[in-house]
Amino acid sequence: MSGVADVFSFIGDLFLVVGGAFLFLGALGLLRMPDVFNRIQAGTKAATLGALSLLVGVGFQHPEWAGKLALIALFVLITTPVGSSAIARAALLTGLRPWRKAHGEAEEKP
Amino acid sequence: MTGLEISPLGTVAFILVAAAALLGTLRLLLGPTVPDRVVAADTLSVITTSGLAWLAAVLGSALYLDIALVYGALAFVGVVAVARAIEKGEDA
Amino acid sequence: MQGPLPDSSPAAPSTHAALPRRHWSYRFLLAAAGVFVVWMLLAGSLNPQEMAVGAAVSLAVAALSLRHLVLLDDLVLSPLLPLHLARYFATFFTALIHANLDVARRVTAPRVRIDPAVVEVHTDLHSDLGKLWLANSITLTPGTLSVDVKDQTLLVHWIDVSPGTNLEVATREIAARFEARLKEFLR
Repeated sequence: MSGVADVFSFIGDLFLVVGGAFLFLGALGLLRMPDVFNRIQAGTKAATLGALSLLVGVGFQHPEWAGKLALIALFVLITTPVGSSAIARAALLTGLRPWRKAHGEAEEKP
Repeated sequence: MTGLEISPLGTVAFILVAAAALLGTLRLLLGPTVPDRVVAADTLSVITTSGLAWLAAVLGSALYLDIALVYGALAFVGVVAVARAIEKGEDA
Repeated sequence: MQGPLPDSSPAAPSTHAALPRRHWSYRFLLAAAGVFVVWMLLAGSLNPQEMAVGAAVSLAVAALSLRHLVLLDDLVLSPLLPLHLARYFATFFTALIHANLDVARRVTAPRVRIDPAVVEVHTDLHSDLGKLWLANSITLTPGTLSVDVKDQTLLVHWIDVSPGTNLEVATREIAARFEARLKEFLR
């Protein structure tokens, strides 16, 4: 194996790990957050960056696929927030009320 | 890049992605509301889309990139369709 | 949230006049160019035959979908478009990474500490594409999630509205950062 390919492969692996970590954190947020809206918040953001990072990682290991990977990345970037907004809107319209923190001392309405 | 060669770092990444998929599936099963499940499915679909692209690298076959693209498109349409459907219907 | 407040005027009249349509050729050429770029990225080669087929397909697709692409009218073409896009994406990716660190911090804390509320955010962008793009950007920035769009108001779920926040100022901040960038190339 040539040196350059090894370095690229290593950088790619780093991106894969970072991407995996963000995907994991997003999924953890999906599980830990108290209501749909907060779950969407955690899930979408982390899944988007995690997926992008994975795609960049793959791009480092296979530079010849850059075009298609960029297309997938762009697609993820455009569709994920749209999907999340659609779900959030549906949740709101079906009557789910966002979870509110119980303000003990300072009653809400700033 | 031939055959199944996954570096130690790649293994770490794989475990993280697998754990993410597991947690997402847990939320999918737990619910409790329909939108909760749809969010979980949406997140899982993004994980799968990028995972398919990675699979292309692991298997050394660009074919999986096209699969990832088509999968992503179908998943997106599915999620929006379901979101629209629960907006219209009133069972949540 | 964090960051200095850009001094964009918050007083925008919500007189929402429909934006004028452009000549059909504007949309057609934009659509054809877009489809052609996608084709080339998929094909991944500069083979002349591939390109010729791609050009034919792009023109056909653009012609067939012309009626549904009103959104493209909202894009303002200028020689500076690449620069404006680059600036937008620089802002965007900074925000996206911030957002993820924010999520990571909240999710790994022993107790999830959030104080969410749904707030209304006013926007000066009048075009549909502009509002769509802004809503998407807001969804991927720290602590905010676009829920709905009504005329000039975005409904935003905000993960951490600490008591005592000046909502007037804070909600402007959510939109202002991207608006300034998006206004450069969208109506």
